[in-house]
Formats: sequence, structure tokens, C-alpha cells
Amino acid sequence: MRFFAAVHSEITKLLSTRLWWVLALIMVGYVALCAGGLAAIFGGFGTTGRGPAIPEAQLPLLIFSFATSVGYVFPVLLGALAVTSEFRFQSLTPTFLAQPRRTVVLGGKLLTLFLAGAAYGVIALIASIGAGAAVLGAFGIDPLLGEPDTWAFIGRSVLAMALWAAIGVGLGALVPSQIAAIVIVLAFTQFVEPLLRVGASITDWSAQVGQFLPGSASDALVGASIYTSISPSSVALDWWQGGLVLAAIAVIATVIGFFTSWRRDVS
Amino acid sequence: MPTGVPIEFARLTKSFGNVDAVSDLTLTVEPGQVTGFLGPNGAGKTTTLRMLLGLVQPSSGTATFGGTPYARLASPLATVGASLEAASFHPGRSAHNHLAVYAQAAGLPKTAPAAALEKVGLADYGSRRVGGYSLGMRQRLGLAFALLGDPAVLVLDEPINGLDPEGIKWIRLLLRAMAAEGRTVLISSHLLSEVQQTVDDVIIISHGKLVHRGELSSLDVSDSKQVQVNADDRERLAEVIHAAGYTVSNLRSGILVDNAEAAEIGRLAFDAGIAVTALSQKRTGLEESFLTLVGEEGSL
Repeated sequence: MRFFAAVHSEITKLLSTRLWWVLALIMVGYVALCAGGLAAIFGGFGTTGRGPAIPEAQLPLLIFSFATSVGYVFPVLLGALAVTSEFRFQSLTPTFLAQPRRTVVLGGKLLTLFLAGAAYGVIALIASIGAGAAVLGAFGIDPLLGEPDTWAFIGRSVLAMALWAAIGVGLGALVPSQIAAIVIVLAFTQFVEPLLRVGASITDWSAQVGQFLPGSASDALVGASIYTSISPSSVALDWWQGGLVLAAIAVIATVIGFFTSWRRDVS
Repeated sequence: MPTGVPIEFARLTKSFGNVDAVSDLTLTVEPGQVTGFLGPNGAGKTTTLRMLLGLVQPSSGTATFGGTPYARLASPLATVGASLEAASFHPGRSAHNHLAVYAQAAGLPKTAPAAALEKVGLADYGSRRVGGYSLGMRQRLGLAFALLGDPAVLVLDEPINGLDPEGIKWIRLLLRAMAAEGRTVLISSHLLSEVQQTVDDVIIISHGKLVHRGELSSLDVSDSKQVQVNADDRERLAEVIHAAGYTVSNLRSGILVDNAEAAEIGRLAFDAGIAVTALSQKRTGLEESFLTLVGEEGSL
């Protein structure tokens, strides 16, 4: 009951400021542009033989996976900001006055953001599939929307986005400074991790480690990604292992954050 | 009607490193009256209140509501209403949603936010983003948060700060009414003059220690009573009063007489045939004894 009330409150918090739809809007634009653009490149010009040869049957999922491979940064930001804004605007004071059991508050936030991340996943997939399927269709390529594999992929993508938002909550608890959290999210997802993944794929032993990077684990969970397509030699986890890695990162970061920042004096 | 429970501090202490922000505070705040919690800025008032509300962990000692710590209260917002000095608002959220967030977390009725906004006179501004609120409106919103659960205990940190004169009068009446209903009302301030018309009882702390506890009138122990007097022929008036054995000093608007009663000075002037144009007893007792208690440097 108490937990349900905490989730109710967190949902209201999320929906009562502009952040969620502004982020969602940018995500839709970004994902649709990438998916539509790459669909045009692979679908229209891939046949000339200069680009990487990707079998036509794999192309739709690769295009649709832009929902997660470029879109995952948005649920992470949403999750991180949901926590850091409490510190930034000192709203932890009324939050903890309304619910002094801090584990209940953080648990409620984690579940709420998991659900919000899933919603972001649905929105991002609508963007990537909408733009991607339209462009592929225009080039006469079957987007395979009726295939069970496609729908399993959609389900795993939604789960991945939900887990990314939960990771954001953990990150926000670990790094309560809003500016620092945003810089870390952007630097890690856009720069550090892509480099690490390419670097890790060079040797066998580093590839074994590299598959546990969150982005790799996410791609393993989703089952298709532009990254895995351009470095096909790298090893990858099973989809469920990828999911467990993401969930473990989210839980461990949140638990450590609880002890380092969430439990501290609020003054 | 909720009945107030006493607020009890027992040997409450908070140290930051080697510095004791609050040390060994033991006292009880009774229901049915307004208690002023006074002290200069940095005296430890806010830290004490935050410990009481479970936001700051005491180094030792306890702070409870009738024996129950805040975190163990069955329904905290419906038992204790608190508003703390820091502006704890997300600027992009409307006032109504701000209150709804916490009403939902505390399991309060859906009508609670609108009712609280109505009580503090913000009913017409509920849909506005808090970022556009004036300081006075934010104070009222903080109070609305405190009143959300119709609590029997009110704990308000500097509630008068930032209010306009009309707002000050309004909050005075509200707090007096709440206390008259039997609720426990504890308000902090760094200015005695700000709350002296509101409180029955005062607690004064300085450097984290309790320096005075008692009724407001117990502060009025100053023996330096002064009279301010004026006349058209100010020099002659000063001579007459001086001749009677008083110490006088010149003010811009008259003469200040130390250790005097207004009645006595008036009679002196009358006997000398001087028409007095102003005559008043200076009531500096409260503020002065407050400053003496907290130390002169503490007034900042």
C-alpha cells in the first residue's frame, strides 16, 4: 500500500513537469532520422556493392534497433534527472517528510522509472519502425512486420529501454550532482563506451570483458544493433544474459547510491 | 479535531566534526500554545528542526512527538505539518501538482491539495508554475504543504520571513487559531520582534545550547527603562530633568532619559511649566534581553 502510494507519487512527479515529453520528442526525432536515414542508405544504395553487405532479411531489425542503439541515452537521462532534480531543487525535504522510509521512496522511483523506460521504448520503436519500415517499403524491401521474430525483438527492446531508465536512477543516486550526471551520461554513452567496445573487440580476451559493457549487454538483449553489425567478430552474451547484466548494473548502482547519497542527512 | 501531542527533545546533540551544532538540548513543547524557537542565524535552529523531522540523524539523543520519532509515525503528514526554510520546489511544477505529489505519497485524500491552497489564499494560483511565484507566495505554499494533512502539530521554520505586512497579520491569526484549537505550534525565527506578538512561550538557543526557556513575559527583565521626551524649549527641559538627577542624552527628535518612568518625567516638566510635545516610555526590554542572552554578535 505504502509502496503503491510512493509509485503513484513518483508517476505524478514525472508527468507534472515538461521534461518527459521534451526528452521523448527529441528521442523520436533522433531515432526516426537515424532509422529512416540508414534505411535509405542500406535499402537504396546497398545494392551497389560498396557498403557493408547486409542480407536483406537482417536489414529490418538492424534498422529498427536504432530505437535502442541510439535511443537508450534518453531513458538513462530521464532516470538520472528524476533523482538528481530531487537533490538540485531540495525537494528531498518534502519527499522524505511525506514518506520518511527512504527505501520505499527509492524503490518507488526505481519501479516508476522502469515503467517510464518501457513507455519510452514503445515510443522509440514506433519512431524507428515507422520511419524505417516506410523507407524500406519504398525501396521494395519487406519490413517483416508480421514475423514472430520481429515481435520478440520489439518485446526485448522495450525491456532494454526499461532497464536503461532503471540504470539512470542508479546513476543519479550515485552522482547526485545534476550537471555531473548529465555529463557522465553523455560522455559515456556517446564517446567512452563506443570506443571501449571497438577497442575491446581487437583481442579475444578483451572481447570477453567487453561483452559485459552495458551497451554490449543491451545489444545482446535486443538481438540486433548497428554496432554488432559493423564488428561481427566480437562475442556476445545471450539475450537473457544481456538483460541480467543491465538489471544487475541498475540494482548495484541504486543500492550503492542509497548508501552514499540517499541515506545521508538532508539539510 | 486533532489534538496536539507534545514535542520532546531529550539530550539532543548533533556534531559536525568537532563542532557541536546542537548540544544536549532537552525540552518539551506543549500543545495548545504557540512556542517561538529563537536564536541568531547559525544557532542550530534549523538543524534541531531537521533532526526532529527525521531529515538529519542526531549524533545522540532523541526528538519525538509524544514519544514517537517522526520516521515511525503511522501517517506523518496527517500528524505533523512542517515547512522548512529552504525553498524546496521544482520550479517547473504547478503549485497544485506540487502538493498532489506529496498528498499521494502520504495517502491523503484527493481533495487535500485544493483545500490546503484554499486555506493559504492561493486557490486562484494553483495551476501556475511555482518558478513564477514571489517569495511571499512561496512562503504560503510552504505553509500549504504543512497544512496538507490537517495535522495536530505544526513545525514551521522562519514562516514569517518574506511575508508582506498583510501576510504577517494573517499568519499570526492563523497560528493563534491553530493553537487555540489545541494543536502544538512551534515556529522558529531569528528575530524576536517578528514573533513577539504571536508566541506565548519562547525557547532561545545560541551556539547550539539552550539559553532561555519560559513565557514571553519572562524575557522582560530589563531594568534599564528609558523615557523619550520633547518640548519646544528642549534645552531648558534637559536642564530641568538633569537637575532632578537623571542622565539625559540628545536624540534627533527629543531627549532620552535613562532609568526613568514616563509619569515622573511628565510631572517634572509640568512643575517647571514646560509644555511637553512628546512623552513616551521606551519598551526596549524584550529585544535587549534577547540580544543579551544570545550575545551581541549573534544578532547577525
